[in-house]
Amino acid sequence: MYKSLEELCKHETEQGKPFWKIVQEDDCRERGISADKAYEQMREMYRAMKAADENYDAKLKSASGLVGTEGEKMKNAREAGNLLCGDFIGIVMEKALKTSESNACMKRIVAAPTAGSCGVVPAVFLSLQEEKGYSEEQMVEALYVAAGIGGVIANRAFLAGAAGGCQAEIGSASAMAAGGVVHLLGGNAAQIANAAALALKNLLGLACDPVAGLVEVPCVKRNVMGAVNALTSADLTMAGIISKIPPDEVIDAMRSIGRSMSEDIRETGKGGLAGTPTGVEIRERMSHSLS
Amino acid sequence: MNLLDIIGPVMVGPSSSHTAGAVKIGRVSKKLLAEKVVKAEIYFHGSFAATGKGHGTDKALVAGLLGMQVDDARIPDSFEIAKQEGMKFTIETIDLGDVHPNSVKMNLTGASGRTLEVVAASIGGGSIKICELDGLTANFSGDYPTLIVHNLDQPGHVTEVTSMLAHKSVNIATMQLYRASRGGNAVMVLECDQEVPAESIAWLEHLEGIIKVTYLSLIES
Repeated sequence: MYKSLEELCKHETEQGKPFWKIVQEDDCRERGISADKAYEQMREMYRAMKAADENYDAKLKSASGLVGTEGEKMKNAREAGNLLCGDFIGIVMEKALKTSESNACMKRIVAAPTAGSCGVVPAVFLSLQEEKGYSEEQMVEALYVAAGIGGVIANRAFLAGAAGGCQAEIGSASAMAAGGVVHLLGGNAAQIANAAALALKNLLGLACDPVAGLVEVPCVKRNVMGAVNALTSADLTMAGIISKIPPDEVIDAMRSIGRSMSEDIRETGKGGLAGTPTGVEIRERMSHSLS
Repeated sequence: MNLLDIIGPVMVGPSSSHTAGAVKIGRVSKKLLAEKVVKAEIYFHGSFAATGKGHGTDKALVAGLLGMQVDDARIPDSFEIAKQEGMKFTIETIDLGDVHPNSVKMNLTGASGRTLEVVAASIGGGSIKICELDGLTANFSGDYPTLIVHNLDQPGHVTEVTSMLAHKSVNIATMQLYRASRGGNAVMVLECDQEVPAESIAWLEHLEGIIKVTYLSLIES
């Protein structure tokens, strides 16, 4: 996987190949497989995302009872025409909730990049495909773009909340989705990297503070925010708005912030929301009811 | 880590470490036992003990012991399936001391009466480490065909094992040696690039001074 977005952009200019193809060729080299085989595997990931969305069960609650049924509530509000954000963003929000809740309810999802942030990329991609009618091939290309961005983040910083806080999970997922959207909108590599930078900048410093240590509160709702942030970052980019800090430097900033984060807000379920009186009470209630 | 770790894996939620990792620990342990698990005593340590229920770690581990993969939609129903398949299990918490917070100890019994004690940890992102087998250090990932030989700490056993592997054209990726005490019980752990033939494992088992041979095959049965 690449170590910088700048390098990927340079390769696009020098080789005249699109961002996604450069990412795919690198993957084929690393894993010693053909482009056809690699493509098939990535297509399976897209199909699994779609299946997770379609298999949402509006009746399910997580083992703790903290999450479940929210996706259905969003759907009802959207269908009643009650959303300020409109129909399209409403669908994005709904899909982000659905996949994240399915994860919390032990259903099958695609970690992208992690299970805790699994709702962001599919919410954005599936909604856009429905809205704009993109082909499956285009969506798989966008998934390659997202994976390429995630790969750079993994190499320069981290993708796990335990390592770098929620910025590493939802932040990375949002950056990955933003880049994928820009590819679908016809943007070049520099624009893809710019959208990723804008998305990640907004989420720098975000703590990983899950209540009772579970991938539920606030994780599920943060997927909604990550998905919408990806879309606004893509729109900003296509409007010609440039990140004043270069994309790779934004990723490096995430790393340095993550390193200076207290362990209490790195997936230990101690600080932040987990450490509020209500968060502590929930944890204590659960340790009694579940043990 | 490769591109399909960024987008992927397909897994049953909610947590790569507490759910997918637990499935993998169970699955690798079953393969090490090399037969159907009929009885499992499970002891969760640390974060596994504290948040395991909420993450479905218990169901995930049992699913793995039944041979399920991380994306098996039946994982939430593993307790029921274990009952149908005649696998008895108990789950308790334990303090294993200064080990990884996501650790578990298991005493497994197979259909033929073969037993295996495993201590394993889920070290993040769905990756695992088998830390101990039958009370001796093991320390391997489960990502390679792995040969674990328990023997008496006396000269010649390493040569016997490595000569056999050379003869079968099996390349050694990593190799570790540990012993409990000088002249006492020792263990060698060999991660290999190729599968070790079953007859070679049987041959090793009958050598003087070899106490037990455990093998992790990656071939799907």
